[in-house]
Amino acid sequence: MGKQHYQINVNGEAKDVLAEPRELLIHTLREQLELTGPHIGCETSHCGACTVDIDGKSVKSCTVFTAQVAGKDITTIEGLGSPDGMHVLQEKFREHHGLQCGYCTPGMITRAHRLLQENPSPTEEEVRFGMAGNLCRCTGYQNIVKSILAAAAEMNAAKEAAE
Amino acid sequence: MYDTNYHKPSSVADAVSALSGAEDGKVLAGGQTLLPTMKQHLAAPSDLVDIRAIPGMVGVDDDGDALTIGAATTHAEVAADPTVNAKLPGLAKLAGGIGDPAVRHMGTIGGSVANNDPAADYPAAVLGLGATVITSKREIAADDFFEGMFTTALEDDEIITAIRFPLASKAAYAKFPNPASRYAMAGVFVAESGGSVRVAVTGAGADGVFRHEGMENALSGQFSESALDYTDVDAGDMLSDLHGDGAYRANLVKVMAKRAVAKAG
Repeated sequence: MGKQHYQINVNGEAKDVLAEPRELLIHTLREQLELTGPHIGCETSHCGACTVDIDGKSVKSCTVFTAQVAGKDITTIEGLGSPDGMHVLQEKFREHHGLQCGYCTPGMITRAHRLLQENPSPTEEEVRFGMAGNLCRCTGYQNIVKSILAAAAEMNAAKEAAE
Repeated sequence: MYDTNYHKPSSVADAVSALSGAEDGKVLAGGQTLLPTMKQHLAAPSDLVDIRAIPGMVGVDDDGDALTIGAATTHAEVAADPTVNAKLPGLAKLAGGIGDPAVRHMGTIGGSVANNDPAADYPAAVLGLGATVITSKREIAADDFFEGMFTTALEDDEIITAIRFPLASKAAYAKFPNPASRYAMAGVFVAESGGSVRVAVTGAGADGVFRHEGMENALSGQFSESALDYTDVDAGDMLSDLHGDGAYRANLVKVMAKRAVAKAG
């Protein structure tokens, strides 16, 4: 089967991509759309460095075909924040040393963002369970958990202040 | 990954004809096992038949005596479903503990059952609850469905459309996950209904999911953890690999069975 056109919505923009049925979403994102935030860490569906948001759910973009997500809304780390306008999670990861080499961080933050939508005030244990699909080989996770809890507290305080 | 064709049929009949017309067709549901398998060149299907867009493939139907769950319902959907949580909370808990959040958002009940991985969680619930596997051709009792690791009664062009779980008065699942993969090293589903007890074990058996008659008899006499004290799990029937040898797994099965009984109350 040759290449087909698929329309996907990435970070709020409609994109028409041409892909073979066997093309994985992570390859479409990185190689065609030049969104190199989501990383390929393991290619065996274990590490979560490629995590993106698809229709409001965390998904490993290395374990889904682009063909499967035609018409869907995809958010990558690029859609969450930028160097000039960082997301609270990005600020907190920096503040609490939630990264060392940084390779897993885009997946960590994309997943953490969704986790805090699902559960805005998680306990430490809920953060660990909710982040179980994202592996980090540097930090030992302690500071990642701290960063996420700090982001949750700040986001909740901001929400309360707004109300 | 090798080249493949992609089909997205809108009816079961179209899915079956795409599958039977293909040289080496495979059903694609959530793809959480199939894609990694294809990446490693352990599978190279000529055609993928994506069944998720077929109406009626997703959701939970409650007819009073049983819950029927569409084959393409994801683990996250089962875990969050209010009917499953009210009627078969042990099943909802099992679904909420499969893999990790991203896997649960894509992986489906039909895919897990059709694949029959020896360490998958759902086969234990299907066998433990005495569920019925509903396919494009027929209905298959759980006791006749699982035929050893990665092997089921399914024919090549047969598609699971739903699983029907009879309600139980008590039902719970306990597993000891491998800390890296989160697959069960031993998982035990215990269910009591009308005085009879079923105990299904996954992750540990050398030939995939199985029922443990000794535990079933002991628990039918008295549904308590201590009833399991004098039951035997044969280490020779267990998987033995770098994650744990047969004796270790045999012990884990007993410990998980007790935990499941305690959870089921």
